[in-house]
Amino acid sequence: MKIKEIAEIIDAKIVCGESDIDKEICCGFASDLMSDVLTLDSEQLVLITGLANMQVIRTAEMADVNCIVFVRDKHVTEQMIEVAKENDMVLVECKYSMFNAIGKLFQAGLNPVY
Amino acid sequence: MDFNYEVEGGNFAKAGYAASNVKKVLKQLNVDPKVIKRVVVALYEGEVNVVAHAYKGNIRVDIDTERIIIEIKDEGPGIPDIDLAMQVGYSTASAMVREMGFGAGMGLPNMKRNADSLNISSTVGKGTVVELTTYLQK
Repeated sequence: MKIKEIAEIIDAKIVCGESDIDKEICCGFASDLMSDVLTLDSEQLVLITGLANMQVIRTAEMADVNCIVFVRDKHVTEQMIEVAKENDMVLVECKYSMFNAIGKLFQAGLNPVY
Repeated sequence: MDFNYEVEGGNFAKAGYAASNVKKVLKQLNVDPKVIKRVVVALYEGEVNVVAHAYKGNIRVDIDTERIIIEIKDEGPGIPDIDLAMQVGYSTASAMVREMGFGAGMGLPNMKRNADSLNISSTVGKGTVVELTTYLQK
């Protein structure tokens, strides 16, 4: 599934990394706990989270996650966008609850990590 | 090759700076991406630990052609029971740390999982030293 399809499915807005929205995503992981994200080995993963702070971007950087969806109408900061750009990440803002967003993506065929 | 980083206790805005920097260096050195990920995940968890628990800390990274040694030294409350601290789910983190997406008792276990060796020594009331070694080739 392409990043742009993910954004369409959950009526979300791309706020960083517009040029990379044709990149392929293999699976999704939803968590507000960054230590759980740091245990993953998957590649081409989308992280779905309701936590919007600098540590989410740093976690994604260390875990090689290139696409983050922020749910529950959370907004990213300029500083987050700056570091995300340096690391070629796509950031997506979504108004849906975590449950709603994940449900729609799962129904559309996005695979879980485990 | 030696690198030194200062870490400020309580400053979450800067947590990850050292790990980010080391990641860039290892990429430039063409280290296997899988090894890079293990090193930087362990270092990042260690950095977050210092920010979350200590007053201040220092990270020294020593890289040669065979291995990477990371020493994370802090001035802080220390760890009274290291075996307990190594258990998944055991945490003494504050509400603020939990709001940052950490503090679930996974930091040290995550570090152990991602390093070839992990040594911890700690003095209560003084601080903690964590040494991580990762070999570049298995």
